[in-house]
Amino acid sequence: MNKYVERLYNGLIKENPTLMLMLGMCPTLAVSTRAMNGIGMGLSTTAVLILSNLIISLLRKVIPDEVRLPSYIVIVASLVTVTELLIEGYLPSLYSALGIYIPLIVVNCIILGRAEAYANKNGPLLSVMDGLGMGLGFTLALTLAGFVRELLGNGSVFGVNVLPDGFEPIGIFVQPPGAFLVIALFVTIMNAIGIKTRQRQLVESGCDGCCSACMSPCENKDESAPDPAEARKEAQI
Amino acid sequence: MKEMILLIIGGALINNVVLNQFLGICSFLGVSQQMKASASLGGAVIFVITIASGVANLVYTYVLDPFGLDYMKTIVFILVIAALVQIVEMFLKKSSPAIYKALGIFLPLITTNCAVLGVALTNVQNGYNFVQSVLSGFGTALGYTIAIVLLASIRSRMREEDIPEPLRGAPIVLISAALMSIAFMGFAGLSF
Repeated sequence: MNKYVERLYNGLIKENPTLMLMLGMCPTLAVSTRAMNGIGMGLSTTAVLILSNLIISLLRKVIPDEVRLPSYIVIVASLVTVTELLIEGYLPSLYSALGIYIPLIVVNCIILGRAEAYANKNGPLLSVMDGLGMGLGFTLALTLAGFVRELLGNGSVFGVNVLPDGFEPIGIFVQPPGAFLVIALFVTIMNAIGIKTRQRQLVESGCDGCCSACMSPCENKDESAPDPAEARKEAQI
Repeated sequence: MKEMILLIIGGALINNVVLNQFLGICSFLGVSQQMKASASLGGAVIFVITIASGVANLVYTYVLDPFGLDYMKTIVFILVIAALVQIVEMFLKKSSPAIYKALGIFLPLITTNCAVLGVALTNVQNGYNFVQSVLSGFGTALGYTIAIVLLASIRSRMREEDIPEPLRGAPIVLISAALMSIAFMGFAGLSF
């Protein structure tokens, strides 16, 4: 397979950031009340991710290793600010629907995670494709969660009523608890049909997969210490 | 006085940062395996968020707002928070090694905890003054600590249960969080 296409496949399916790696859970749970919000949030994040991967990849030989994380944060924060202003100007309804979660793209672990794990080691073109794949994978997961929640909680798909009038919407699904339930359902189904996700390591080893600071030791831990008892011991320390 | 208490209760229970606004979910799910670690992380979060809300408010009122740099707040806040966490870490290391030992490993994690940035931005959005910002930050962090300690105790009970295979790991934790979230929705009915 072409290595550029391989990056897309990797982000969308194989290492889908939300469903397989359980990264970026905050926006996933928060904005998936409507499928449309999921698409809006997903595409905004994708735009930031592509540009941040591109810039970080271009600057990877310039940025000194010791200050790379602060530099990445500044780059990402600038891009997020630009995105926020653009959304505020051109898509005011999306802006009010997503609210505080747009500036919070800065702390989305997917972005810093990709910068740290991929963009600072690879060329600009591959990094852009990686950002595109990861971003689309994130969008896919968000839209899927939004679709299920909107259908069950509101009886509609993309704002169009599709269920018969007799259907009483299950309001809890558009409320906060519904977010936890729908993601739990997704992971249960994936567990049941035998798709291996990273969620168990994340939840059981006590490693906060979010922050890039602990991302590398966490990944090393996955490889070197598959024994949960040992991981638990490490978490205790 | 009543207003201040309302700010803390509102942040901690009614608008719970984890169960209602989904900020800080990663550490909520990741660290709640261990009761002791959860309590320490909660303590560190209370410490950092309370200070960070105050500092962010000062920076906004005296630097960003007078110079019309409102649009720079995301960049400035995240840098202020990162620097603050570093300073707090160094300060604790020197002045109180006991607290540092308990909270130390969690401090770097907190920089990317979206709750800190989220609270700072919400405070600006709501137009809170210094005292209100600090109180609302404290309330929010308290809510985070309550939620993570509760989830940790639920998980310690679950360890002996026979959970169906596909639900083991993340799903059962998420379902517990959903039930907690339903319970916390009851606080929305609180009226003063």
